[in-house]
Amino acid sequence: MAGKTLFDKIWDSHVVQEIPDGPSVLYIDRHLIHEVTSPQAFNGLGRRGLSVMRPNQTVATPDHNVPTINQDKPIEDKLSKFQVDTLTENCEKYGIDLYGLNTEYQGVVHVMGPQLGVTQPGMTIVCGDSHTSTHGAFGCIAFGIGTSEVEMVLATQCIMQPKPKKMRINVNGQLKPNVSPKDVILYIIAKMTAAGGTGYFVEYSGNVFREMSMQGRMTVCNMSIEMGARGGLISPDLKTFEFVEGKKYSPKGADYDKALEKWATLYTDEDAVFDREESFDAGDIEPMITFGTNPGMGVKITGKIPELSSIAGSEQPSFQKSMNYMGFQAGDTMIGKKVDYVFIGSCTNGRIEDLRVVADYVKGKQKAENVTAWIVPGSKEVERQAIAEGIVEVLEAAGFKMRQPGCSACLAMNDDKIPAGKYAVSTSNRNFEGRQGPGSRTMLASPLTAAAVAVAGKVVDPRGILETA
Amino acid sequence: MPVAKFEQLISTAVPLPIENVDTDQIIPARFLKATTREGFGDNLFRDWRYDKNDQPIADFILNNPIYSGEILVGGKNFGCGSSREHAAWAVGGAGFKVVVSSFFADIFKGNALNNGILPITVSDEFLATIFSEIEGNPKAEFKVDLKNQTFTIVSSGENTSFEINGYKKECMLNGYDDIDYLLNIKDKIQAFEAAM
Ligand code: SF4
Repeated sequence: MAGKTLFDKIWDSHVVQEIPDGPSVLYIDRHLIHEVTSPQAFNGLGRRGLSVMRPNQTVATPDHNVPTINQDKPIEDKLSKFQVDTLTENCEKYGIDLYGLNTEYQGVVHVMGPQLGVTQPGMTIVCGDSHTSTHGAFGCIAFGIGTSEVEMVLATQCIMQPKPKKMRINVNGQLKPNVSPKDVILYIIAKMTAAGGTGYFVEYSGNVFREMSMQGRMTVCNMSIEMGARGGLISPDLKTFEFVEGKKYSPKGADYDKALEKWATLYTDEDAVFDREESFDAGDIEPMITFGTNPGMGVKITGKIPELSSIAGSEQPSFQKSMNYMGFQAGDTMIGKKVDYVFIGSCTNGRIEDLRVVADYVKGKQKAENVTAWIVPGSKEVERQAIAEGIVEVLEAAGFKMRQPGCSACLAMNDDKIPAGKYAVSTSNRNFEGRQGPGSRTMLASPLTAAAVAVAGKVVDPRGILETA
Repeated sequence: MPVAKFEQLISTAVPLPIENVDTDQIIPARFLKATTREGFGDNLFRDWRYDKNDQPIADFILNNPIYSGEILVGGKNFGCGSSREHAAWAVGGAGFKVVVSSFFADIFKGNALNNGILPITVSDEFLATIFSEIEGNPKAEFKVDLKNQTFTIVSSGENTSFEINGYKKECMLNGYDDIDYLLNIKDKIQAFEAAM
């Protein structure tokens, strides 16, 4: 019998029941909730007269809708306040752990979850948010769900899912200097296209991922959804175990030893077969930037936007629509493009390592006058670390504005919006039309590229090779 | 949420021949502040439908009175991006019961089904045929038959079959939802936990 993939091992051990010609009933170990996609689920629960089946397997934090200034004051926006208050009420009512505004661990749900040790290898983890795939970095099956499914998990600790197909993406070789995990995943998505992974769950494999830090692995897994994949995972190793050990929700003492034994079995067997395999050469990857309105529309930063003639006929109208929206022309060079905003934050690149990279680059420099630069830490813990390490000081001296933790301009639900027509280089994960505010134009890039752009005031290669416009 | 039963539908359709329609277009994030499921239909495709002064953009398809119906026909990779179920609520809230495309993003598809909206995947060629049919006659009718899993262009009789798993089909035909199913097997779930 052929061996099993890591995905199969975790999935199969969580199937409560298979429905013939239908989905599997999948048991969920951990459920993360936030203020935007949970209220209707709690309403539904109330309407049916149900309770939360396993409140201690759910953890909550407000993030999508919170202001990133004056968090100690009452939220001004009435609707946002109501959502955040509703989350608090629901957590109190059902006995769910909540990390509310101004508490030690509040933050973007996918940043704070791992920091608290909620995320552990081999688990099934869901959240009403598509970037739940982030937690795959720990060797988990983690994916985003809709609100009806949030209600199912609250009521029964299960959801119903058809088993996705399995794909392995191998990246081996030596990454060039200053090529970051964000560049690796933007490169993969550009190769795969925004729909190329639909129907699949991805395992990232190869020395490039082995050598990455846990934070880098989270950046990669985070964006799996941007190629349409349900999620992405990386088999856990010593780095993973070290990261998890000693966290608030991590197993302790003898329980930890027992968990470790189980975690050590979490790898893909050598003879396991995937439905699809893709391989890329690490040496081919360079700093990346997106030029269009989906994350698959990315190029090497020194590259050009494709010519219209290189786009398949049926896709030309959508491509042209995207160019019109961005105010770009097919064939344009990306270097030298005008930039008005730089946003550093989100569950993709709002972690302490990201902030360190930015601080290292801008230390002793000034941001360009034409650029507004926001840094939004992914969580309270990131904020604390950034203060302790002197990062906040460096960034503020360089003219960056440090905000408080939240999703912020990643989805622009709060007041942090990029104005219509303006260009932002952003370390977040989506460049859809209007994603960062109505009419906003987003170019996705790594924290290093974003830092270099903030200083130069236009798109530049962070390696400084091609600073001419 | 208990959903309405779905068996058959004959309706005109609204064409949206754009690829990679993401859920931020279907319902922009700033409209996600509600705590109920109602009212999202008004903001379906908000930023394509209205300009920044909230005036309807005349050439956007949903503002064109020629097009109407309970079927929305979208381009390839419809519903990609965020997991927000609000996208399905907005589509349903605007009166659509069926969405047709040649490719759906996974989460949107699941969310649609959980709200009694039937996502129908057809071939790229058939999708092109549907678009040109509507272009030729905005009042062209289409027939969706869930029991037989067919989608038919009424005028020509040209039709195609579509896939849906047996379980979801039963749910839609009978108006059941997944929570009912899960609640019914709660003993089994507890037994599974005990054995973990
Ligand atoms: S930071 Fe952005 S992508 Fe991440 S959870 Fe928040 S809104 Fe979603």
